[in-house]
Amino acid sequence: MKRAQILWPLAALAGLLVLNIIVTPSFLSLRIQDGHLFGSTIDILRNGAPTMLIAVGMTLVIATRGIDLSVGAVAAIAGAIACTWIADGGNAVTAMIMALGVCVLLGLWNGFLVSVLGIQPIIATLVLMTAGRGVAMLLTEGQIITINDSLYSKIGAGFVVLPVAILISLAVLGGVALLTRRTALGMLIESVGVNPEASRLAGVRSRTIIWTVYVFAALCAGVAGLMISSNVNAADANSAGLWIEMDAILAVVIGGTSLAGGRYSLAGTLVGALVIQTLTTTVYTIGVPTNVTLVFKAVVVIAVCLLQSPRTAGFVRERRRRKQPSVSVPRPQKVGVR
Amino acid sequence: MTVLAPSRPSGRLLPGRLPQRFLPVIATFAVFVITFGVGSFRYEGFFSGQVVANLFVDNAFLIVLAVGMTFVILTGGIDLSVGAVAALSTMIAAATLEAGWPPWLAVLTVLASGSTLGLLMGLVIHYFGVQPFIVTLAGMFLARGLCFLISVESVSIQDPVFRDLATSTISLPGDIVVTWSVVIALLTVAVAVYVLHLTRFGRTVYAVGGSESSARLMGLATSRAKVGVYMVSGFCSALGGLLFSLYMLSGYGLHAVGMELDVIAAVVIGGTVLAGGFGYVAGSVAGVLVLGTVQTLISFEGTLSSWWTKIVIGVLLLAFIMLQRLIVRQPSAAR
Repeated sequence: MKRAQILWPLAALAGLLVLNIIVTPSFLSLRIQDGHLFGSTIDILRNGAPTMLIAVGMTLVIATRGIDLSVGAVAAIAGAIACTWIADGGNAVTAMIMALGVCVLLGLWNGFLVSVLGIQPIIATLVLMTAGRGVAMLLTEGQIITINDSLYSKIGAGFVVLPVAILISLAVLGGVALLTRRTALGMLIESVGVNPEASRLAGVRSRTIIWTVYVFAALCAGVAGLMISSNVNAADANSAGLWIEMDAILAVVIGGTSLAGGRYSLAGTLVGALVIQTLTTTVYTIGVPTNVTLVFKAVVVIAVCLLQSPRTAGFVRERRRRKQPSVSVPRPQKVGVR
Repeated sequence: MTVLAPSRPSGRLLPGRLPQRFLPVIATFAVFVITFGVGSFRYEGFFSGQVVANLFVDNAFLIVLAVGMTFVILTGGIDLSVGAVAALSTMIAAATLEAGWPPWLAVLTVLASGSTLGLLMGLVIHYFGVQPFIVTLAGMFLARGLCFLISVESVSIQDPVFRDLATSTISLPGDIVVTWSVVIALLTVAVAVYVLHLTRFGRTVYAVGGSESSARLMGLATSRAKVGVYMVSGFCSALGGLLFSLYMLSGYGLHAVGMELDVIAAVVIGGTVLAGGFGYVAGSVAGVLVLGTVQTLISFEGTLSSWWTKIVIGVLLLAFIMLQRLIVRQPSAAR
């Protein structure tokens, strides 16, 4: 089941890479300069790092049948806090700790609305999505705050052979994968996603788990916000992380995690985030106007979602059954806790 | 709002009489009156018929979009594409008029393309079981992308008929002036109220929002309602886009960015429950008026920056969902 789920996004990624190699033959070439790797593929990884990081947090939220629309606004707030603090002569490390601390508070707020008050996640996080950007504007007083701090610019633009940003994202992804798949945590998250009430009756602390995933998502968004602002050495409350929540949700969905909750695939999210970023880069290299990227994004999303839809699989199976009646095995429509 | 409104089929609402059902809508109107009262108290010249009329003039397109969104949310779905489809509509209108098409044909093309896009999204949502959130998100990307495919630049509208329609005004008693957009928006609201409360389709929409499986078992045409609401929303987005093009007299791919969130906020502030099955078009109109009043207040204040609008809208949104939690018992995880 899982292998089949990840097949289509992988195929999409491979297709995009092949297309790139045809258009620009030097696409896969890597060169080492000053001990750093350079090349188009590295660029994709570097630019995709914030989306990937947010998508990891989003995966866990979606696994509990939730959604977090506020991540973009949270990212903007994190950048705004860090940059205003540094611009006022503060230390970069303190700035980052403060920014992430505020993000944890914002995550606590989202989690409180969803898990304690029982407000639907989409609307609970819409509050912060709308108000959050206003708050970020308030912090920067509507200005784009530029800073110059060598330590701070390392997060987004630094290199340790590979870009630091992607190393952070991959480390978080790996950490989450280990933590949730090697312990029972992943299964508990999935069980909450299938049925929070039943999980609670079975002794799972649904409320705590839901609360935790929102805090984690906000923390991921905060780190991503630091990456974005450090990459350009500035905080832009208006456009930093704009629509990144949509990209992250798309990455998660393309990766085969159902919005209905109850199961998730971190490997799928990784592939999904790469597909989104490669698509964006591909459209740039082919020379289509930047804004038209959206059309391609829409087409890929719809195609992948339709191919993964259980109903489509049903249609195909119906066809096959008519041809060779013995092969097909009926599968359950919805996969619960594995 | 009409007394003939169907009672909620699922019984999620606390048992009560009319006032209880209408409480969220009444609360929204109360907030509107209060915010407006605060404005009249603080600023000279705020309390006038023209300021109220301007609320409608400046938000006519938002009202039309909110009407479409109300249909979708009543079935428990969501439509993120409305802002993008509205932008696409301004673009198609501007481009076809520039190419010399007669205005009626341009208008028909816009309305047809918006409805078709909505229909397609509805079909994918219903027959392939893909989440409305994702499908309409893809629809949003598609519509925005198509705008830029037509032209990356802003296209101005020079057509005399459009310009006349945009600038001509109707004088009401008391020196109040409104535009034709307001008339179109109010007509849309009237038709929507009729459809939702007095037709079979409208009742099915409420029933699907209450409980889709119960509605299907009752033999209602749930498929038609579920696909239909997205078509209604697509049509309303196209119409709203036309009104927006009258307002701006141009077509541009960056028109109406983020408007879907304003529309959703207006509908929720208007008392419609996102889980579906409960809400009124009148509430959504009140929601739009509240948002409009907040914007007017902030522009009257002058010293307050525009980002305060966002914060205030967020706070209002929060206040109203809290209110809904108190009045309506909804299943916690329904989305």
